[in-house]
Amino acid sequence: MGNLSMLNQNERQFAVRDCALAAIATGERAYNLRELGDKVLTIDPGSIYYHFWGGLLRPRFDDPEYHNDFAIWALYGLKDALLAERLGIIDPTEFSDLNLLRERVAEVIEERLDETEEVPSARRDNPFYFVRSQIVIFDTQCRIDRPEGLADTVPLMSVSSVFYHFIDARRRLPRREDDFRAWLGNCFEGYEDLSEILGKVHPFFSGLTELRARLTAVFRSYFGK
Amino acid sequence: MSSLIEAYSKIAGEDVITQLRQLVRLLKNRRVVHVNSTREGGGVAEILAKLVPLMQELGLDVSWEVITGDERFFQCTKSFHNALQGDRIDIPQRLLDAYEETNRQTAKELAPVLEGADIVFIHDPQPAPLLSYCGARKGKWIWRCHIDLSQPHRTTWKYLRQFVRDYDASIFSLSDFAQALPHPQYLIPPSIDPLSEKNIALEEAEIRGTCDQFGLDPERPLLVQVSRFDRFKDPIGVVQAFRLAEKYVPDLQLVLAGGGASDDPEGEAVRREVEAFSGGDPDIHILELPANAHRTINALQRAADVVLQKSIREGFGLTVTEAMWKGKPVVGGNTGGIRLQVINNHTGFLVNSPEGAALRVRYLLEHPDKLRRMGEKAAGFVRENFLLTRQLREYFTVMAALIHGCEDRIELE
Repeated sequence: MGNLSMLNQNERQFAVRDCALAAIATGERAYNLRELGDKVLTIDPGSIYYHFWGGLLRPRFDDPEYHNDFAIWALYGLKDALLAERLGIIDPTEFSDLNLLRERVAEVIEERLDETEEVPSARRDNPFYFVRSQIVIFDTQCRIDRPEGLADTVPLMSVSSVFYHFIDARRRLPRREDDFRAWLGNCFEGYEDLSEILGKVHPFFSGLTELRARLTAVFRSYFGK
Repeated sequence: MSSLIEAYSKIAGEDVITQLRQLVRLLKNRRVVHVNSTREGGGVAEILAKLVPLMQELGLDVSWEVITGDERFFQCTKSFHNALQGDRIDIPQRLLDAYEETNRQTAKELAPVLEGADIVFIHDPQPAPLLSYCGARKGKWIWRCHIDLSQPHRTTWKYLRQFVRDYDASIFSLSDFAQALPHPQYLIPPSIDPLSEKNIALEEAEIRGTCDQFGLDPERPLLVQVSRFDRFKDPIGVVQAFRLAEKYVPDLQLVLAGGGASDDPEGEAVRREVEAFSGGDPDIHILELPANAHRTINALQRAADVVLQKSIREGFGLTVTEAMWKGKPVVGGNTGGIRLQVINNHTGFLVNSPEGAALRVRYLLEHPDKLRRMGEKAAGFVRENFLLTRQLREYFTVMAALIHGCEDRIELE
């Protein structure tokens, strides 16, 4: 866990954090599927993170056809719809670390290379650019005292704050859960049912605005607000 | 709430301003300086004219300095501009000497401000060597490149690189523009200012007045492309697309609005080619507008039913952003930053040929409901992603990251 937990230990409050993402060019690029596969195996893990999760925080259309950059490039760069579908279904929440996720991507690419006679290539002006990110996390000074407060606060949280507490938390917390469930479980009793409902909200295949709306609906319905 | 912040809050949303205030807290008591080469004219000055006061209103200690030089200096930097975008230009040594000397003199004048600052943003190549002459600098220096560097003339880039490599970081608008440099290269797409003359909401009467001025019938469908007369913008392809679409939509009108050809011999030649190709068709309006005709451009974009940006090569394509902000679907060339903005079937269509453009124009004009919905989606997409406030948030993020370390995760109280 980072040195900033969502918990204010003295007061059992939920401290609302926010985050901002800075994208950094790695200088690495791939012009065809073989190059993509090779570089996926060696690129900084931060780049794998960025190409799966970064799309949620950077300027991007909220309702993309596919939710990771590898699948999007397979479709629009390589014009390989089949590969795009196979890459598009990869769910990063199923992998306990980025190296396992990286291996899955490389595996899908390898399979596709085995099936094709010619290596699929992109136009010279449309390579895959590997990007990594820096994430800056900061305190919003907003605190929630009781679980009921989630129903009022979550709808007002920025989408990046939702990202930090509901998605990024899975990288930070030992049980790979979100901050809301961790808070409810660590500080209160009797919210196991709410945690179970939260556990069913999938964080990946929707935009952050939609995710915030779904979480809002969960908390409002649970607390009758 | 102060006036500028209030105005942006109304457009971008209060939550966006709240987040900016929180980020500014991370930069408390830090001194920031921007340096570019002009206070007026050009996209960089336009953005700084809003960005700097907005940063100040948010509580940051910011100043804006300008490097000024003689004719040789600007001749040199204009050559840089063209060469970095791909023209094969060999710049004479006497111009390079003037460039370096101007920077040396400016560094002397600005040394107390620049060397004492915590963050210095140097915009574009004009002031790039200042860092070399500020030996006692204490802060982080960032080179902000607004130019399309995807295919630079290598000799020119090699020369400039010697001044840029020692910066703490650089910022490029797109991945395509990033170069091999020994420091982090941040990627921050540009933005539009919703309160500028070019983008501010206009009364219907003003839009009609502009149509009257150029002999456009507001009751008939209108296609508009706003861009320099440049072959990469494919104005001939636009006329071809218009002719193909006109077969199905006989009332169709086209405006090709450009400008700045008076000091651009190639632009003048391209404009003449387009005029000749149009053969005097009264429904094709080729407009040569002055560089400051922002309100006219605004009105033309708002009068359009569909906006075209049929480029075959493009940097980011801010004219696409501007059109989308005005609720227009864009039929754009499948290239550069247009791909980031035009999402097929959602905010417009990406096309690869005049035939493709004509097909999409015809489709949109025959489906007014779809056209309206796509326009609304386009405006929403720009509101979320391409307004000045988003660019400011990313600047704050980069500043915080540089001040507080270079790790992948930076956690701040």
